[in-house]
Amino acid sequence: MTDDPATPGPAAAERATSGPDADASPVLSIRGGALRVRDRVLWSGLDLDVRAGEFIAVLGGNGTGKTSLLRAMLGERKLDEGTVLVDGHAAHRGHRRIGYIPQQKIAAPGTPLRGRDLVALGVNGTRWGPPISTRADRERVDALLAAVGAEPYADRPLGSLSGGEQQRLRVAQSLADDPTLLLCDEPLMSLDLHHQRAVSELIDARRREHGTAVVFVTHDINPVLGMVDRVLYLAHGRFTVGTPDEVLRDDVLSRLYGTPVEVFRSRGRVIVVGVPEAEHHHEVIA
Amino acid sequence: MITVDPGTYVQLLALVQNSIIAAAVLGIVGGLIGVFVMQRDMAFAVHGISELSFAGAAAALLLGLNVVAGSIVGSLIAAALIGVLGAKARDRNSIIGVLMPFGLGLGILFLALYPGRSGNKFGLLTGQIISVDLPQLGLLIGISIVVLVSLLIVWRPLTFDSLDAEVASARGVPGRALSILFMTLLGLTVAVSVQIIGALLVMALLVTPAAAALRVSSSPVMVPVLSMAFGLVSAVGGILLAIGGSLPISPYITTISFAIYIVCRLIGSRKGALR
Repeated sequence: MTDDPATPGPAAAERATSGPDADASPVLSIRGGALRVRDRVLWSGLDLDVRAGEFIAVLGGNGTGKTSLLRAMLGERKLDEGTVLVDGHAAHRGHRRIGYIPQQKIAAPGTPLRGRDLVALGVNGTRWGPPISTRADRERVDALLAAVGAEPYADRPLGSLSGGEQQRLRVAQSLADDPTLLLCDEPLMSLDLHHQRAVSELIDARRREHGTAVVFVTHDINPVLGMVDRVLYLAHGRFTVGTPDEVLRDDVLSRLYGTPVEVFRSRGRVIVVGVPEAEHHHEVIA
Repeated sequence: MITVDPGTYVQLLALVQNSIIAAAVLGIVGGLIGVFVMQRDMAFAVHGISELSFAGAAAALLLGLNVVAGSIVGSLIAAALIGVLGAKARDRNSIIGVLMPFGLGLGILFLALYPGRSGNKFGLLTGQIISVDLPQLGLLIGISIVVLVSLLIVWRPLTFDSLDAEVASARGVPGRALSILFMTLLGLTVAVSVQIIGALLVMALLVTPAAAALRVSSSPVMVPVLSMAFGLVSAVGGILLAIGGSLPISPYITTISFAIYIVCRLIGSRKGALR
């Protein structure tokens, strides 16, 4: 097990083009996955293998089961049908090799944590017994803080930090146990463009340098468009999986939504127009 | 307010030695659990539990049973109700708001029916440590130590669950079990506090010291250390000042505790201005 966490890497555009090793057994494997809300089927028959180093974006509107899918990978809920395997074993809560970045909630002012304490919770927060930090713990926290460039504000109260700074600390926290699978739930929400890029590059660097598989739930693919290997697009009780070029097309999305949808590409950004009202949650969705 | 000469004061001190030890232990435990009370946003719950604890103690007094045991039963019932019915913060506040007057009313009813001396009666509301007998003091200290040790064992997972519940749960921290355990420990601490400082003033030892500490620090080491020190100074200082005079102990404890809070606020706002 390597011990050094991710370091901020070069921009996504410079990313090595070599694909993930197709022969290796998948880090995450879903077979026959189905999710229902009351009688409504959100999706069914979902097969998905995520290999080491692969970056998968999960796209879809509100209520398409994106977060539920993530929670099933975390072992916090079961799918209504099908199996979820992580590292070849049924998903279960507290898996040591899963890193998790939750939907951003800004810490309230007065939260009794400094930046480094949030990261420390990732390192030893599940440990029982008197709260005495070992030297190894402190060194690990320092290394994680350095890896995301958070040293300048590591000792400031969490509640006094900006959303971008807090989210960098979240990335550091999620890498505490050197994860093989990183699950991110809308990690860029409410960040400005500069921080969106900074945080997504940290995640991208991690998977390139350590082969960590990334499942990235988002409603807007644009900040990570240059990094994503494949897209799982959930919509309208159906789903489709493929590379961004295979999925983000007029015909594919029109079939998925069952209504004419147009995809525009402009200066490296993708804009989907014509999504039915019920699924419309954002001006730029895909 | 010291109205006795130094020699008599020393004799009095010897008499209340056990009370001072009990107050010291409670000051420390109250300061410590207060940190989690603040983290979990449960200051109002402390008040709610203390009123039912008062009702339990009053019932025990009326029935001639062990008052501390009655207080504990009341506390634990309240803690369980708040824990089960009030998982969400909004529900919790309304549950507490409903429970609190009911508990207080029940307690007043039991006291009204109690034929004994009235001094005992209001001690439960406003504090009566001097009138607690030796075996009961032992019980109070024993409970406090159980709470202290339990908190130390679950410290990190409980902190994780309190401040970062979503990630803690994903990482396998048993949030629900910890929540039940915490409510139990809180119930026990409140029951002890009711005996020493009175149901109406429990917050002075379970909320104020931690709130004060949080004004001056965000460090997960400094906050509990300061909070314990504040609780200790308030509880023991209150007794030492009170035994020389004719006033009850509680106002001394609450005043010291409040004064510490004010000072911490001033320091905190100056730190904020400098930052």
